[in-house]
Amino acid sequence: MTDQIVPGAERRLKNSVTLRMTISNSLTMAYRNLLMIRRTPQQLFDVTIQPILFTLMFVYLFGGAISGSVSGYLPIIIPGILAQTALTACIATGVQLREDMDKGVFYRFKSMPIARIAPLTGPLLADVVRYTIATSLCFVMGYILGFRWASLGGAVVGGALVVFCSWCISWIFALLGVVLKTAQTVQGISTAILFPLTFLSGAFVPTSTLPRLLQDFVNVNPLTYIVSAVRQLFNQGTIGNDFWLSLIGSIAVVVIFAPLTLRAYMRKA
Amino acid sequence: MMQQSEIQDGNSSVNRSTLAIEARGLVKIFGDNRAVDGVDLSIPSGCIYALLGPNGAGKTTIINMLNTLLEPDDGTAKVFGHDVAQEAQVVRQLISVTGQSAAVDEKLSASENLTIFALLLGLSRPEARKRTADLLQEFGLADAANRTLDKFSGGMRRRLDLACSLIVQAPLIFLDEPTTGLDPRTRIQMWESIRRLVSSGSTILLTTQYLDEADHLADRIAVIDHGRVVAEGTSRELKSAVGKATLHLQLAYEKDTAEAVRITEAVLNVRASLPEPKFVTAPMADPDRVTDLLIALREAKIHLANVSMEEPTLDEAFLALTGDGKLAEKGATVP
Repeated sequence: MTDQIVPGAERRLKNSVTLRMTISNSLTMAYRNLLMIRRTPQQLFDVTIQPILFTLMFVYLFGGAISGSVSGYLPIIIPGILAQTALTACIATGVQLREDMDKGVFYRFKSMPIARIAPLTGPLLADVVRYTIATSLCFVMGYILGFRWASLGGAVVGGALVVFCSWCISWIFALLGVVLKTAQTVQGISTAILFPLTFLSGAFVPTSTLPRLLQDFVNVNPLTYIVSAVRQLFNQGTIGNDFWLSLIGSIAVVVIFAPLTLRAYMRKA
Repeated sequence: MMQQSEIQDGNSSVNRSTLAIEARGLVKIFGDNRAVDGVDLSIPSGCIYALLGPNGAGKTTIINMLNTLLEPDDGTAKVFGHDVAQEAQVVRQLISVTGQSAAVDEKLSASENLTIFALLLGLSRPEARKRTADLLQEFGLADAANRTLDKFSGGMRRRLDLACSLIVQAPLIFLDEPTTGLDPRTRIQMWESIRRLVSSGSTILLTTQYLDEADHLADRIAVIDHGRVVAEGTSRELKSAVGKATLHLQLAYEKDTAEAVRITEAVLNVRASLPEPKFVTAPMADPDRVTDLLIALREAKIHLANVSMEEPTLDEAFLALTGDGKLAEKGATVP
């Protein structure tokens, strides 16, 4: 009646995972995350409502005070908002990873013959979609408010830079997600890291009036470089030193944090 | 059934008699609790093997060391000859695991769950879609295929969970309390599914807290208590090692009851009990004495309506083995 399966002892199997399998598994996991976003669109609040709200709020709140007019402030604030929004979206990466790992389904992933890192790389890949949404919405809001970029090429490269840097930096939050015990803790600690990072960066205000100590912090804050690079791309349409520094810095973050995250994940998994 | 692409057909150099599971001296310590304390298991291929034990005995911990989810603190375990620590990835290709709580995505639909697990197992998109449809049909979930799981009942969730474990039929299937919380009908269906899996070549290791489940389903049983194997064997072996058969006498006339009890106790040298009027039951350690008893009753002119013997139950064996000896003795008088 029933077909017989090949007996376990007669199977010839490899104890390793190929790169092709790792990529394929990661893509499937990313697909899973996208399906989850489709099922619960409120997951996208932080990359939809927030860019719209923050752009409107900051432009009218600070515009007059800082630059004398809204139109004069736009070239400063739009790159800043862009970077801030994308970075805020990184928090969700860690929080969702923690929530995911606490769920029963991870029990199955861990016992399946799949690449061990796929449940980690999948969500990170899917988040690129989130960063892209956030970035695009900031553009649209800026455009509606009257912001015009110097060249379309510069704008696209600037947007891509933000998405790439966010993806790199999200590894830091992924590590928090893996290491910390509850989703609330991840959320709390991530926010505590993010606030000084975004506000003490020159993303919203010129930093020349800051006290010496804060200026020092601003100058080592990676976000400062990302924001400057994006400003230059948007407003002059050129690639400068800040662009390369941002790129190198972001890659450095991945090089340091990806292995740390993987190791912590493997130990827990 | 679906087969993994890596599989090669019967290679004669491979030892056919390899055990499905061979564990030696497994130990797992949580804090200062030795959850598993030196467990040996030899589970032949093609059988249903049950780990039976009270809550907290260490059954799940044992399972999780065998299926690569937990690293043993001491000891070794092999699945079809492959070490679970050294060759974890090979072992994972030979097993499927169904845990106590449903390991499925709550936020996704039944068919999305199945499709994703199928893709992860290396099925192509069309294959995954087809397998998903087949499994939904087989497990009676076709109508609910596109609903998200938060609208599923507990039973539906467990069925989906099992379906996810059977996308590719593994040679070794772990089922941790597969029927806990199921209604009697679904439970019987589950037993049938399990038997079918074994008849098509899989080995099953299940845990259960239901004695009748182990009794009806399992070829061999290991009784686990305080992280140790306290007894191992077939259901019959376990019963005869511990439990006693029970003799049931049904009297023709109620007036004889008192006398019948007196004679039974005198001849068998045990305490008899009266579950209801006209019925006398007594534990029976020595079957030879039954003849003496029947003769004694005839000499006392006590007529019997019926005589029957009851095999020892697994309950008695279980209770005796897991340390509650008093209950086990009492159990002997319960029909």
